[in-house]
Amino acid sequence: MNLMGLFRSPQNELEKGGKEAEDAGIRSACPRCGVQLPLSDLQENMNVCTACGYHFRVGPRERIAYLTDEGSFYELDGDLLSRDLLDFPAYDQKLRNAKLASREKDAVVTGAAHILGHPCALFVMDPNFMMGSMGTVVGEKITRLFEFATGTGAPVVGFTVSGGARMQEGIHSLMQMAKTSAAVRRHSEAGLFYLTVLTDPTTGGVTASFAMDGDVIMAEPGATIGFAGARVIEQTIRKKLPQGFQTAEFLLDHGFVDLIVPRAQQRETIGRLLQLHDPGSIGMTEEEMGGGLE
Amino acid sequence: MSAYDKVMLARSKGRPTGAAYIENIFDGFVELHGDRRFADDPAIVGGLALLGNIPVTVIAIEKGTDTKERLRRNFGMPNPEGYRKALRLMKQAEKFQRPVVCFVDTSGAYCGLGAEERGQGQAIAENLMELSTLRTPVISILIGEGGSGGALALALADQVWILENAVYSVISPEGCASILWKDSKKVKEAAECLKLTAQDLEANGVVERVIPEEDFESAFAQIKELLAEALPGLIATPTEELLEARYQRFRKF
Repeated sequence: MNLMGLFRSPQNELEKGGKEAEDAGIRSACPRCGVQLPLSDLQENMNVCTACGYHFRVGPRERIAYLTDEGSFYELDGDLLSRDLLDFPAYDQKLRNAKLASREKDAVVTGAAHILGHPCALFVMDPNFMMGSMGTVVGEKITRLFEFATGTGAPVVGFTVSGGARMQEGIHSLMQMAKTSAAVRRHSEAGLFYLTVLTDPTTGGVTASFAMDGDVIMAEPGATIGFAGARVIEQTIRKKLPQGFQTAEFLLDHGFVDLIVPRAQQRETIGRLLQLHDPGSIGMTEEEMGGGLE
Repeated sequence: MSAYDKVMLARSKGRPTGAAYIENIFDGFVELHGDRRFADDPAIVGGLALLGNIPVTVIAIEKGTDTKERLRRNFGMPNPEGYRKALRLMKQAEKFQRPVVCFVDTSGAYCGLGAEERGQGQAIAENLMELSTLRTPVISILIGEGGSGGALALALADQVWILENAVYSVISPEGCASILWKDSKKVKEAAECLKLTAQDLEANGVVERVIPEEDFESAFAQIKELLAEALPGLIATPTEELLEARYQRFRKF
């Protein structure tokens, strides 16, 4: 009996597993240089334009895949859901749309992971969920992550992307700035390392709280980083802003960012920084660790 | 009175500004200037004074009372150096074990070119982190406008009080209306939605106390009395206990 005869052969492209994206001609235009990029090339290049190096915005799952050792990511508090605390107009609908657009439950994913063998607590914000706006759930997940890291003695690596506080949650959103800052402080006082990676865009209440609290602050090339939005500043000063204002490079020049690292090198640089804060992994002896001026 | 009426009252020009609170509540105020980094920001007034016989560090956002003064004070919109001056005075208060009293009245941190160049976001972030473990009591009083992060930078405190007709919000009603509805005429609805009145804030646990405003003379007297009541208890609280309570105060949101 021919077993193969029990299965029918694929009838169309979909059943064969689909055409390669490139074959199907799916392309994405680079917002900076305008070049049409085959989607497969773009994905292979970590969503960085192969022509001009523009860093496309990416969601948390992609970043986690780029960054962490395979299979090492363990998500925490993935079930927290935002509520319409103030009965704010259209907020319920906005949340529903954001969930569809991002396939996430809110604007940050948190968990534990290994990066090049080094354990860390990791948070990655999501530009596809209401542009990473910080409401109660974002603040709570980040606070819990810092408390978890403080309790377990882990460093924290955090990728920020945010338009700022989520106004649909009113004053509760503002209070998240205080809550997260206090949790970051406790982690810091425990002598633990915190690295932030600022990605496009990082603004408003997130800039004015945990984004700028890192022991080391890294940024992605070309990212917009600031407190006030460009339009608000232009309205305030009634002038056009100079070219390159509020970019990662501008912040580096003004001393507010330690280093700018392209996406392709982030895993290695972050791994190196984690190693440098993990004396045991370098092979320091207890005597060397306990040295100093005590 | 609607939420928007309260916003208008909180902004009204007849309202006493930060300096009037310092003058009417404390004795022997000595103003201290500068952030030791860049400049002195006239939008924030700070220094030392006596409350009865307790030395305190007092910090107030000052809007100014006439046009010339308002311009000089940048309408009470601090630059990063203002927040850094405030932090310097707070750290000084910690060193000398003096309590800190802040008076908050700002439409927000200044949104200017220089403010961004000098790290407005970083300055606010640093204040929040430092205040969360400042080893001395802090009481903040919202006396007019509490404009978002620029107000919070002086209001991560053990207790937060608010004047009856002051407001505190994550965004101005104008900003909210223009972002949400692309229509600045919907500002009254936005004010309602944001739950920014003293009464809403008390109901939500954002403030401990609402201070009545029959007239400001009696408000000053009442604040003086309330501070004299509250500060000795906070001073007597063991520091670790104080900091744990401060952490939990904000952890609940």
